[in-house]
Amino acid sequence: MTTFLQSLLNGLAQGSIYALLALGYVMIYKATHVISFAQPALMVCGGLFAYHATSEWGLGFWPALIVAIILGALLGMLVERLALRPMVGKPVFTLAIITIGVDIVLRIFANRYMGPDPRSVPYPGGSERYEFWGLSISHQRLGLIAVTTVTVIALALFFRYAKTGLAMRATALSQETALAQGIRVGAIFALAWAIAGGLAAIAGTFVAATGAGLEQNTWIIALKALPAIIIGGLDSIPGAVIGGLAVGVVESVTAVYQPDVAPWLGNNFALVAPYALMFVVLLVRPYGLFGTKEVERV
Amino acid sequence: MTTMLRSTPSKHARKATGLRGRPLLRTSYDQDLTLANTPAKRRSVIALVIASFVVPFLLTDDLLQVLTLGMISAVGAIGLNLVTGYAGQVSLGHAFFIGVGAYTGAVLGGDPDGALLGYGLPMWIWLPAAGVVAAIAGLLVGPLAVRLRGLYLAIVTLGLVFLGDHIFREARNITGGPGVGRRGAELELFGIDFASMEPISGLSRGQAQFFLGLVFLIVFAILGRNIARSGVGPAFGAVRDRDVAAAVIGVDLTKYKVMAFAMSSFFAGVTGALYYAVIGVFEPGAFSLLLSIQYLAMVLIGGVATISGSIMGALFIALLPRISQFIAHYIPGELLTVFQLEAILYGLLIMGFLIFEPRGLFGIWTRIRNYWKGWPFSY
Repeated sequence: MTTFLQSLLNGLAQGSIYALLALGYVMIYKATHVISFAQPALMVCGGLFAYHATSEWGLGFWPALIVAIILGALLGMLVERLALRPMVGKPVFTLAIITIGVDIVLRIFANRYMGPDPRSVPYPGGSERYEFWGLSISHQRLGLIAVTTVTVIALALFFRYAKTGLAMRATALSQETALAQGIRVGAIFALAWAIAGGLAAIAGTFVAATGAGLEQNTWIIALKALPAIIIGGLDSIPGAVIGGLAVGVVESVTAVYQPDVAPWLGNNFALVAPYALMFVVLLVRPYGLFGTKEVERV
Repeated sequence: MTTMLRSTPSKHARKATGLRGRPLLRTSYDQDLTLANTPAKRRSVIALVIASFVVPFLLTDDLLQVLTLGMISAVGAIGLNLVTGYAGQVSLGHAFFIGVGAYTGAVLGGDPDGALLGYGLPMWIWLPAAGVVAAIAGLLVGPLAVRLRGLYLAIVTLGLVFLGDHIFREARNITGGPGVGRRGAELELFGIDFASMEPISGLSRGQAQFFLGLVFLIVFAILGRNIARSGVGPAFGAVRDRDVAAAVIGVDLTKYKVMAFAMSSFFAGVTGALYYAVIGVFEPGAFSLLLSIQYLAMVLIGGVATISGSIMGALFIALLPRISQFIAHYIPGELLTVFQLEAILYGLLIMGFLIFEPRGLFGIWTRIRNYWKGWPFSY
């Protein structure tokens, strides 16, 4: 039982990273109806901003996190302005492919900066662990869960009460109607990308702070948020959080039990378990658990 | 050759062809659908085929191998174009189908005495079999495409690449496992060993493989073109442009979406088997998301929903390492290495073509052609 609870807890921590990234995907999808494949690059860049701030500018972890969020948001806006704004009105598939191009280019520069060594951001608590009810959790992971919770609540409040949040919801509903109401839709696109960039930067910073740090192939992590948003439904914010956490939990529980229960699935099956989960969910519910069903007109 | 290119779907329309002096006048719909529907196209296709049979005698073997691999991957690009370009079903899973084909080919045509599974069957069995097994995999994915649309489908096919990657890594008695890999199938057709170092009836290894690739490409390009101009092509187009409307006018969505995936996977399968047989040794890491993106780049750079565009795109991508080596001379080494430059070029080319020339190289070619068609009144 303890093993199960422990893997559940680890899964929730890992799932927080996926949830943050998934929220970024959903932000962009809701505003522009595009899936941004540039999110992995934004995550890696965000982590590297934090790394640069701590190692070069000598900032602490929390100020570095703020710096990373701001720079990540600016990078997101830049990508939107340069690569996507000229393409407004083109098929979403085209836009999605363009983000793949953006991702490739950004990651080359990130890898160039990173070099072959892993880059990690020092976390103030070090390797301290909290123990309770026979479970243990590291300081970083607790911080990650706390930051994710605060971010999700802040975003929820923003969309519920802020005027800009309302404008974003209106844009998601119908861009033309939003324009007619005097909402600057272009600015909303930029804001959506900025939020997504900021969220990716938080995720990247915590990826760099926990475990092995940022490496050349760390970006693969960000793609696991894709099954998360599919499971939750592409346009659902609670879906993104729940999907992200679900993916994290499934991954961590599989990692613990699969080698004994189903060894024929091979080593490291946990790494692809989210994709398997996605197939199962989609066969039952083609629009994810919380996604809105598309209504088609001829 | 000329008569073959002139062949029309139904024979009775042949009589009406070609009023002397008015080659562009069409008197029936069938004429419009012929394989090469203008005299200029007929002449240039013949010239191109003849020229490509001369090419191997002018180039060195290492450049020939680049072109050979380019021609083989062109078949895979045609396959991806069928499903993504013609039928509009975005697939990021092409690498998976290529992998299925490559391993089917390697198992059926591999060395039976080696450490890994291999049956040593001849090429005329393993090549089609690789296509068929990949097509069956496509048939299994097809139903998902019926339930899902657009970006949902893109992500699911992306998941397929990751699951496939896992399977290829773990099935060690077939694939050799990561970092080890295995040999591809034996390249032996009608008693000719295309992989031998000895000259084959006067041809060097590179020249022989070039001809193999060329014939392979011509066969599948004609097959692809025929699929596109038969009833299936317009049905694909209807599904792509508005699937609900297509269903209303009587296009069976399930049938055509599944068919698109199966056909595309068949092309991918034969490509995979032949490509890695020519390469020699390959390992499971080859079938990653990057390979899918490469094929997508071929389609987008070449020209969506065109067969000749797919070929241009594939040759262009195959030559890209050479091109970036060339450019690298002009970029200071500490800024970017050749590999990084190549990867950046991928990204920039995909973005550039989508933003500035969505019809790809084919679109550029059309514009040049139209300019000269009206010359000297080209305004």
